[in-house]
Amino acid sequence: MKKMLAEKTVEVNEEGYLLQFAQWDKDIANAIAVEEKVELIDRHWKAIEWIQNEYKNDSPLSIRGIKNSGTLNIKEFYELFPGGPLKKASKIAGIPKPKSCI
Amino acid sequence: MSETKVKKMLFILSKATLENVYAAFIMANGARMEGIEAEIFFTFFGLEAIQKKKLEKLHVATVGNPAMHMPTMLGALPGMEAFATNMMKKEMEKLNMPPVGEFLEILKDSGVSLWACKLAVEMFHLKETDLIDDLDGILTIGDFYGRANEEGTHLLFI
Repeated sequence: MKKMLAEKTVEVNEEGYLLQFAQWDKDIANAIAVEEKVELIDRHWKAIEWIQNEYKNDSPLSIRGIKNSGTLNIKEFYELFPGGPLKKASKIAGIPKPKSCI
Repeated sequence: MSETKVKKMLFILSKATLENVYAAFIMANGARMEGIEAEIFFTFFGLEAIQKKKLEKLHVATVGNPAMHMPTMLGALPGMEAFATNMMKKEMEKLNMPPVGEFLEILKDSGVSLWACKLAVEMFHLKETDLIDDLDGILTIGDFYGRANEEGTHLLFI
């Protein structure tokens, strides 16, 4: 379905995840973050960048991956994206909902 | 994000077999990933999962476990448990599942509270120093029920 975010029309699924990463930009990230009640600061952008790199390298996201990222730690990750951090961070980063159970 | 009415999951882990320990850990971690609070109460043999000396030596049950699809006599043979445990650990590593010690760290960092059962600690003559440093404390079952005193809380016995 189509959705207006930051005055642009993007394709999202029924849960609001972008369908095409190419449509993502920082304004759109900010718009999704507002919906998710997250105010993006520097640390968020570092996390988003790391997550997007993982996605580009085809490595599935997991909480264990966050622990071993060297960029983030789990505690901070939960503080940055309270209430479902992997999902929220993925949505804001414009990548698909993570399928990992761990 | 899908909304759930589950606000808090309290797990009681009473067994030390790998399959049960991982069930509790994965469900507790999974709860946190969904923004649900989670706590684990380790009682009876479940205490082995938080004993420094034992937690990396847990086994799969090969006897009395119909899902192993092996005759009980065979499951009781020397080395069989170790064999099945190694097989399972390899499969888990493929799925990027952390070993018990690392999993406990992940749970702690994710905000899962870890409690030991007072009665079981006394029964097995354990000292606080035998248990992991990340433990939140030793509780009576009454104290633990007290932690369930809010709407949307569920208790699960594993």
